[in-house]
Amino acid sequence: MQTEALLHAPEAATQPTLVVDRLKAYYTTKAFGIDRDIRAVDDISLTVAKGEIYGVAGESSSGKTSLIKTIVGAIRPPLHVVDGTVRFNFSGQSYDIYDMKPDKLQAIRWRHLSYIMQGSMNVLNPVRRIKHSFYDFAFAHMGLDRATFWDKVRDHLRRLDLDPGVLDSYPHQLSGGMRQRTTIALATVCTPEFIVADEPTTALDVIVQRDVLAMLRDIQRDLGSSFLFVTHDMSVHATVSDRVGIVYAGRLVEEADTPTLFRGARHPYTQHLVASLPKIGDTTRRASLPGRPPSLADPPSGCRFHPRCPLAMDICSREVPTMTNLTPRHRVACFAVTGATP
Amino acid sequence: MSLILDIDHVSKTFLQGGLLSRRSVEAVKDISLQIEAERPEILSVVGESGSGKSTLAAMVLGQQLPTRGRVMFDGIDVASIRSSAARRAFMAKVQPVLQNPFEAFNPLKRVDRYLFATAANFMMAKGKPSRQEIEERVDRALVEVGLTLAEVRGRFPHELSGGQLQRTAIARALIPDPRLLVADEPVSMVDASLRMSIVNLFGALRDRLGLSIIYITHDLATAYYISDRIIIMKKGEVVERGNARAVLDNPQHPYSIDLKNAVLTPDFA
Ligand SMILES: Nc1ncnc2c1ncn2[C@@H]1O[C@H](COP(=O)(O)OP(=O)(O)OP(=O)(O)O)[C@@H](O)[C@H]1O
Ligand SMILES: Nc1ncnc2c1ncn2[C@@H]1O[C@H](COP(=O)(O)OP(=O)(O)OP(=O)(O)O)[C@@H](O)[C@H]1O
Ligand code: SF4
Ligand SMILES: [Mg+2]
Ligand SMILES: [Mg+2]
Repeated sequence: MQTEALLHAPEAATQPTLVVDRLKAYYTTKAFGIDRDIRAVDDISLTVAKGEIYGVAGESSSGKTSLIKTIVGAIRPPLHVVDGTVRFNFSGQSYDIYDMKPDKLQAIRWRHLSYIMQGSMNVLNPVRRIKHSFYDFAFAHMGLDRATFWDKVRDHLRRLDLDPGVLDSYPHQLSGGMRQRTTIALATVCTPEFIVADEPTTALDVIVQRDVLAMLRDIQRDLGSSFLFVTHDMSVHATVSDRVGIVYAGRLVEEADTPTLFRGARHPYTQHLVASLPKIGDTTRRASLPGRPPSLADPPSGCRFHPRCPLAMDICSREVPTMTNLTPRHRVACFAVTGATP
Repeated sequence: MSLILDIDHVSKTFLQGGLLSRRSVEAVKDISLQIEAERPEILSVVGESGSGKSTLAAMVLGQQLPTRGRVMFDGIDVASIRSSAARRAFMAKVQPVLQNPFEAFNPLKRVDRYLFATAANFMMAKGKPSRQEIEERVDRALVEVGLTLAEVRGRFPHELSGGQLQRTAIARALIPDPRLLVADEPVSMVDASLRMSIVNLFGALRDRLGLSIIYITHDLATAYYISDRIIIMKKGEVVERGNARAVLDNPQHPYSIDLKNAVLTPDFA
């Protein structure tokens, strides 16, 4: 299978750890006997190299969580894959997430892949102390004796600025940020090869956030793990992501190395996103994007950004711009940038 | 000078841990804070994760009772509110917006039902509202946050994105025409653009409706941008307070300085 994405994989020599190819995943709901598709993931291709930190940003409700869930195979109806493939390469073995038995997928999840969900406090059992969650979740997979296991868990919690005393607490006894760090600890204590995280640091103060990001980076560096993560916080991307992909209305519209994306964004939506960031010391009024987010049940024709785009031309409402390489590592889908040839 | 909110030497202690490892956590230590009725403002509360911000908010909302000290709202000790009528009158004036929108809504209940119930509940004081009046009130609140009833109707919480759900939660809080909003990290789940539209909305609510807002956040940039005053918390205590811009431009306490220095800047230039 030769894909557009594969051709410019960051490490052409080695296989990317993740190859997402023309992925489409819709929520199909029935209303009054009529099927309605919410096209949350609509023709997305991307790759993540071994040891790479790939960041995903985009508008609220643009489909980032849906994309992430589809990539890790954590979807259930009404969300389903309509087209495309998701392929992981772990230790020379290739795994097609949507072409294998559920129990095999489970095994891979445990061994190689770790997924931190958005608002993921609910992985913690509310009626049991935190230590039980760690035991149930991680003990069997780490092959350590009990004493070593708990030492390791406590060390890991400290790296996340958590007092190991949280092990004796119930989830509701922890602050929001403490719970968020606990779920990160759960997901990373086994030091997985591929970490997928959806808004992992949104509930943290900036000092703790810095430490948590440093921990994730350490894991990534020490083990050469890959890291795919979603956050709204562009300054987090600026600090940790090697590459950033921007999603708008279910589609990837721009992707580049982080410095390029911040200094030389070409898609009008990305430019808006970068320009809208407030800063301390700056009180000039920031406008938000005009118009409203598009409905994914009935997205605008052509380029989905056209109703809100300052540069929109005739062609933009008729044809869909495809992701086109400006440089080997900078792709953008916009007629104003690539010329009006669809 | 009358006070809409008077937090008077308030402390809160929790017990945690198992039988053998029981320990007490001083979540809030002797905090005092006032908001004047005639001077609506946005008061930002920032600081360390686990420093007691949400606990302070819960005490203002009457959801937790102080271990020491008292919280007065509009001249009434919040701890003394007992009857359901008094409770409802209080809740109409002080509304929460929660940290995690996924936790704010019952996953098995349609979001619009929740909004209608809120509207019906608070409109009841002026006589039983009609279905149409309820829907109009809900739609008006949703439009204020950039949504419409048509978009939310019939949807379950999981059918909305985090950002949509959070805007819905703010709309719900606006339904009873409150005097004080207690917003616990209301923008942490939304993108930068929407984030600005929500804090701009807070500014407009303050200026237009004379609403005061306690804005708990980890985002110092929006606190700087929108708030009048700020308090910075660490380990249950207020370590620094004052005019938001003065404090953030020139923080004095070592923790405040660390906090400001840890802010990531998106600048590559
Ligand atoms: N179970 C569901 N059924 C129907 N529609 C859904 C469901 N879950 C999500 N959606 C819709 O799919 C779209 C994409 O949602 P998604 O959660 O992927 O967005 P997101 O980019 O992660 O947003 P946010 O930044 O707010 O978390 C939204 O319009 C949302 O309302
Ligand atoms: N119901 C409870 N029972 C026991 N301890 C609690 C309870 N609620 C909060 N705590 C403890 O009180 C302290 C303060 O928690 P709080 O939620 O107020 O922090 P916060 O400043 O809001 O933090 P974050 O920024 O992470 O949300 C924490 O140590 C927490 O473990
Ligand atoms: S393709 Fe057209 S509408 Fe879309 S972003 Fe480019 S100029 Fe704007
Ligand atoms: Mg999401
Ligand atoms: Mg909190």
